[in-house]
This record gives sequence, structure tokens and C-alpha cells, in this order.
Amino acid sequence: MSDALLDVRGLTVHHGQLCAIDDVSFSLVEGEVLTMIGANGAGKSTLLRTIAGLHQPTSGSIEFNGVDIVKMRPHRRVNLGISLVPEGRRLFSSMTLEENLQVGGYRARKGAFTIDRVYELFDWMPQRRKQHVWQLSGGEQQAVAIGRALVANPKVLLLDELSLGLAPIIVERIYALVPEVVATGVSVLIVEQDVAQGVTVADRVHCLLEGRTSLTGVPADLTSEQIDHAYFGADLAKMAPRSEVGE
Amino acid sequence: MIWLNVIIQGVLLGGFYALFACGLSLMFGVLKVINLAHGDMAVVAAYVAVFLTPHLHIPEVWSFLIVVPIFGLIGYVVQRTLIQKSIDRDPFTTLLVTFGLSVVIENLLLEVYTANGQTVNIGALITKSWHPASIIYISYVSLAVLAAAVLVLALLQLFLSYTGTGRLVRAVADDREAAQLSGANYRHIFGIAAAIAFATVAMAGIAFGMMTQFAPTSGGVNLLFAFEAVVIGGIGSLWGTLVGGIALGVAQQFGAHLNPQYQVLAGNLLFLVVLAIRPQGLFGKRTALL
Repeated sequence: MSDALLDVRGLTVHHGQLCAIDDVSFSLVEGEVLTMIGANGAGKSTLLRTIAGLHQPTSGSIEFNGVDIVKMRPHRRVNLGISLVPEGRRLFSSMTLEENLQVGGYRARKGAFTIDRVYELFDWMPQRRKQHVWQLSGGEQQAVAIGRALVANPKVLLLDELSLGLAPIIVERIYALVPEVVATGVSVLIVEQDVAQGVTVADRVHCLLEGRTSLTGVPADLTSEQIDHAYFGADLAKMAPRSEVGE
Repeated sequence: MIWLNVIIQGVLLGGFYALFACGLSLMFGVLKVINLAHGDMAVVAAYVAVFLTPHLHIPEVWSFLIVVPIFGLIGYVVQRTLIQKSIDRDPFTTLLVTFGLSVVIENLLLEVYTANGQTVNIGALITKSWHPASIIYISYVSLAVLAAAVLVLALLQLFLSYTGTGRLVRAVADDREAAQLSGANYRHIFGIAAAIAFATVAMAGIAFGMMTQFAPTSGGVNLLFAFEAVVIGGIGSLWGTLVGGIALGVAQQFGAHLNPQYQVLAGNLLFLVVLAIRPQGLFGKRTALL
């Protein structure tokens, strides 16, 4: 897969004794949206955090533009073009909206996304830019977290559990932005429990079950029964060996 | 009038405590490290001012111009090596390491410079004071130290609020992991915070040496007062540290006025009362720094 922007091979990650990710492989090409679905504890967040550099894998490789980045510190990966919007938003709570974006852009790569560009994307932001982020609603905070990642001008945007704690209508609105972001040449890797949302925007779907790949495919080719099986692991004993549904 | 004088002297003393404590507050706010060698670093700076800068033909009054930048550099290096190594192990290791550093420094100073008291010689300036009313004398040195404390805190505030690096320092204090995800090398940011902390404590140490006598073991009691100032003001709040330092200074002067033996006792009582009634400190809030 030489044309892959992000190429993950045989990735295994442990939390102490627990194996959170077990031999997962996938790749992401430029301009693609890949959604990782899976139940709580399937290892989705761990996977994204490992790609961002917050966890060290036990084995496996992560290549970005053909360069192995496994040993690279998180901030260097941001410079290279990998930005994570972390689960739970993780804004800088003592700062204003604008300061959060300024931190995101301080060591930014050159590119289309500036703070002004983010203000165009979210037109409510300019008049509230001096407000502290804890004065914003959950959906607004999520928008700031996305903006903070975008101003670093990533080539790969990792979105972790955008829907967490948000009303469905807000989630819909946030996911409506994904095509707009992709149009600027950014590839997106989404991790989501909300299968319907995640699958709608995806070019490809990758399902994790207890740290292992349980299903991959293009949304149009997948039936909801297949996704349910892969997601919940129901009838696991009766299912064919993993090699048949996996890679 | 007597009480006005008690308050004025307390505020002047509080300025010194604030200068001494702001580095401690910054180290805790950003690195989450309690530097138990903080007081000893101040004493080292005073010794450097007394014994080493005269070799450079710099008057001791102006020694801070050279000692403060050097300590900033030392702060960065010590952080990136010794303290970072202990942070990487676990938070309690930093307590052991800085405590060990404190013991080593005190004994080295005793070995090299003996236990004799020293002062930073500033000539006739030490006795000069402003005399605005019958019984009120305001020492120029104390006034200068208070002014220096306010200036340092104001500059720190400007740095943290309006510069890109300053914002990164606050970002790391708020959420180290999220700051890394925004491209901040947190180890470097830790180094910058430690550099500022060491530079300010060097200033405080030289100020201490100008105002009174010091010996190798002077660091400990000043560290205690700095702790109290930080806790009274609210952990992580820079201006709270100034208010905490002044509150502590006024309480101590008030106690000293009743009976000279009560100086430290009154400060400790205020500390305990604040801890009991408002454990987060006067300016403590959920947001870090500023």
C-alpha cells in the first residue's frame, strides 16, 4: 500500500496486562473518511491515541507518508500532520475560545486553516471568542476542539467519539462538517459508538470487537445484520473463523 | 498610627514572601512538582552574590543582573535532566529527589562557606529609609523588594497572557496531554517554567541577603513561609500568591507587635484558619494559573 497516507500494520497495544488492541491493520488514503466502529472497550480510543503517540504499541508499525512514526513524540506527529480531537474534548479550561485556537495554531504547519477560516466554518464563534470555554455548551466545546485541531493544518484528522454527551441534532450538525473538511484535502479517521452517524459519512468502515478486527468494508456493501454481528459479537461461537470476516 | 505601621511593615514583608513564593507556585501549577529545594536555591543565589560576583568586579547590589539569568539557565537544565527523570518515574519521586537536592545543597554550603551568617553588602543603602510620618519608617530596600515582586508578577502575567509560549505554559498546566496534541513539547515548556521559577527564586534569595543575615540552612524556614503564602493565596494563582504573601506578612507583623515571639505563630495561625475555612485559598479556583 504505497499510496497510503497512514498505514497501520499488525498493531498490538497493551494497557498493563490487558491487551487492548490485538494485531489490527488498516490504511487510510488521501481524502478518505474511515470510520472505526465498535462497542465500549473495543479498543477504538486506544487505537487513535496510539496513532497520536499517547500510547506506545507493544508491536506493529505505524507509517505516515512511508515513514515509521512509532518512536516519535506526540508533538512531533502534530508537526508532521496528524491531529487528534480527543475524547471528552479536553479544552484548556482556563482559557478563552480564541486562546484555545491560538494554542492549536502556535506550532502549526502552513496550510489553508487559520483561526479566521475556523471562524468562517463556525459563524457563531467570532462574537463569543473572548468567552471562557466553560461558558460554552457541549456542542460548542466540541466545535472548538475540532477548530483547535484544524488550525494545526493536519493531513490526517483523528476524531474520537464526537457524539459523546451531545444531543442527536448537535451530533448531526457536527458530522455535517466532515465533508467540508475532507474537501480541503484532509483525510479523516473517525472513532464512533454511534454507528448510524459514523457510517453515514464514511467511505469505508472498520469494526473492532475486543481489540480485534471483526469487519471491514464499504458501507453500501454491508448489511445491518453484518454490522450488528461485528459490533456486538453476538453468536460469536456460531460465526465462521475470524479470517473469513476479517482481513 | 501604630497599627498603620504594622500593616505597612507587613505589606513590605509580604512583597518579599510573594517574590519568594511565585516560583514555587509556578512549578506546582505547571509541573505539579513541589520543589523542596526551592528555599535552598535562593540561599545558593545569595552565596553566589556574596562570594562569586565580586570576582567579576560587580558591586553586590547589582549582582542580581548576572545571577538571575544564570539561575534561569540552571533551572532549565536541572528540569530537563534531574527533575524530568523523576517526573517520568512517578510524582512521589520528585519529592524525594528535591528533598535530597535540598540536603546536598545545605551540606555543601556548610562545608564550603561554614555556618557563619552572611549578608549581601549594599553599603549605606541598607540604613536609608523614607520617613513619611512620626513613627513610620519605610526601608528603601524593602520597598524595592516589594516593587520587584509586583513587577515580576506583572511581567509573568503579561508573558502568560499575551505570548504564544506563555499560552503554551498555561495549556500544559491545564491539560498536559491536550497540549501535546496541540503540538507543544511539554518537556521544553516544563524547562521554561522551571527557568522562570529558578530566576525568581534567585532574585528572592539576593533580596533576602540584602534585608537580613543568611546561613546555609536559611532555606527551610523561607520555604515554609513561601508554602503558606501559596496556600493562603490559592494554589496556582499568581496574584493570589501576592495577596497570600501580604496576608502572611501582615499577620506576622501583627503577632510580632503583640510579642516578638508571636511573629511566626501568628502567620501559622492565619495559614491554619485559611486552610480550615477556605482550603482552596483566597483566590483558588478551578482554573490553573492567572
